[in-house]
Amino acid sequence: MKSKAWTEKFMQGVFFVAACASVLAVALICVFLFANGIPAMKEIGFIKFLTGDVWRPSSEQFGILSMIVGSLYVTAGAIIFGVPIGILTSVFMAMYCPKRIYKPLKAATELLAGIPSVIYGFFGLVVVVPLVRDFGNVLYRAGIVEKAGDGNSILTASLILGIMILPTIIGTTESAMRAVPSHYYQGSLALGATKERSIFRVIIPAAKSGVVAGIVLGIGRAIGETMAVIMIAGNQPRITGSILQGIRTLTGNIVIEMGYATGLHREALIATGVVLFVFILIINFSVALLKRGADHE
Amino acid sequence: MSNKTTIGDKLRTYLKHPGSFLVMLLVMLAAIITFVVLIFLIAYILINGVPHIKPSLFALEYTSENASVVPALVNTIIMTFLSLLIAVPFGIFSAIFLVEYAGRGNKFVEVIRLTTETLSGIPSIVYGLFGMLFFVNTLDWGFSLLAGAFTMAIMILPLIMRTTEEALKAVPDSYREGSFGLGAGKLRTVFRIVLPSAIPGVLAGVILAIGRIVGETAALMYTSGTVAQIPDSIMGSGRTLALHMYNLSSEGLYMDQAYATAVILLILVVGINTLSSVIARKLTKA
Repeated sequence: MKSKAWTEKFMQGVFFVAACASVLAVALICVFLFANGIPAMKEIGFIKFLTGDVWRPSSEQFGILSMIVGSLYVTAGAIIFGVPIGILTSVFMAMYCPKRIYKPLKAATELLAGIPSVIYGFFGLVVVVPLVRDFGNVLYRAGIVEKAGDGNSILTASLILGIMILPTIIGTTESAMRAVPSHYYQGSLALGATKERSIFRVIIPAAKSGVVAGIVLGIGRAIGETMAVIMIAGNQPRITGSILQGIRTLTGNIVIEMGYATGLHREALIATGVVLFVFILIINFSVALLKRGADHE
Repeated sequence: MSNKTTIGDKLRTYLKHPGSFLVMLLVMLAAIITFVVLIFLIAYILINGVPHIKPSLFALEYTSENASVVPALVNTIIMTFLSLLIAVPFGIFSAIFLVEYAGRGNKFVEVIRLTTETLSGIPSIVYGLFGMLFFVNTLDWGFSLLAGAFTMAIMILPLIMRTTEEALKAVPDSYREGSFGLGAGKLRTVFRIVLPSAIPGVLAGVILAIGRIVGETAALMYTSGTVAQIPDSIMGSGRTLALHMYNLSSEGLYMDQAYATAVILLILVVGINTLSSVIARKLTKA
């Protein structure tokens, strides 16, 4: 009997240690990123690093403003394309979809989430980049834009990222809408509102925090996406006002230059990762707050 | 809807409310866009890639002439196996702790929840950076399959934890009570009664995790490295299929092979995801 009690205690300890693994992982990630990134930021100067718009490693100029702006541009673009389509699709899934085709369509949205980012990037490279290039040429000939661009652009990256965040937005919005008690909807119908009015005036407002959480999660995905973006965004570290021009994102900066960077240059790249990480932590934190809000409703 | 309405009735309501009609059209349009984009993406890659799948693509050795996918495939299998070997026990054990041992309202449980949520939100490039700093440099493993596998293990840990947790929670308490009633201890109950009933859910999560490992690029580029051969040991560098595909398309010399590799990768990932949802569906039916 004694040995059995001992095994029980021992295994309970094992389970506890295993549970600590995720805490340890987060701690290690924070420690290693900050310990390797902060000194470089200090050496370059926090303000200079964050607000400098010249990134020229060969002459020791490390300003990542253009990359921060680049990440914000493509994320905003992804939101513009992805959020309306995502929310309307989830309305379809939750309220309109015939039962017979619901399962295959649901599986399709999950598939959209499962497709690797290289595949999205490749699809962007061979399909969307030529399309945007032609579009740019048309605009150029019509005299609307000054430069046509080569197709690797903010617009291209935004389109692909918009597709990539669809499953995140559809998933969270749909489940938030389904969580709204059905008597809200029925009450609205009974008062003579049309189905559409009931959905957009009653259900969606009631599911607001879930919908917003989905959008914020989508922002997190878009800002952290790496491979798909570097394959189609052009990667020029500069600030541009035209969506037909290329930009570089924070994620792209790390992947493109880490292969050959040494010394301060390498540390500056890790510091770029730290900035990205802080962005993501802020986004995660807001999602957690929003979820808590949703639970209280 | 419980009361039957005919199409004529619907049309009459929409005639009275043109705004609602417009909104309905927008909803339909959005749904069509979503699913057409998905179908187009898959069809485009299949149609353009399948003709380029040639026997030379499956040569045992990678050379600059054949751009064979075999070494990358083998590396992917090794990477998947290693990552699961590390992450699955940790994931399942911590889920057991959370569901079976930790009391409700436990502060530590909240900490774990918070960290797993944080982990699942971290982008893969940050994992890649961490893996490079910790496993490759600090532990001095160099670019190696092992460093890549540990990085991937951390990345899939929250996924396995969450799915296992849900599967364990779905096991009715009467099972546990019955087991206790028959005199089994807690440990025996967990391993002989609760865990076996939760296996389909756990499996669905593990398969989803395999899908993520197979499709991952950014986290592996600077951890497992980009050598296009099968390494002699897990301490050697080797690129997985997704990374191989990225290199082919960014080098730009092997576009035909890149198309063909995209097909193989897509079929793998779609197959894995379908398998996972089939298992999950079996679970909900049972």
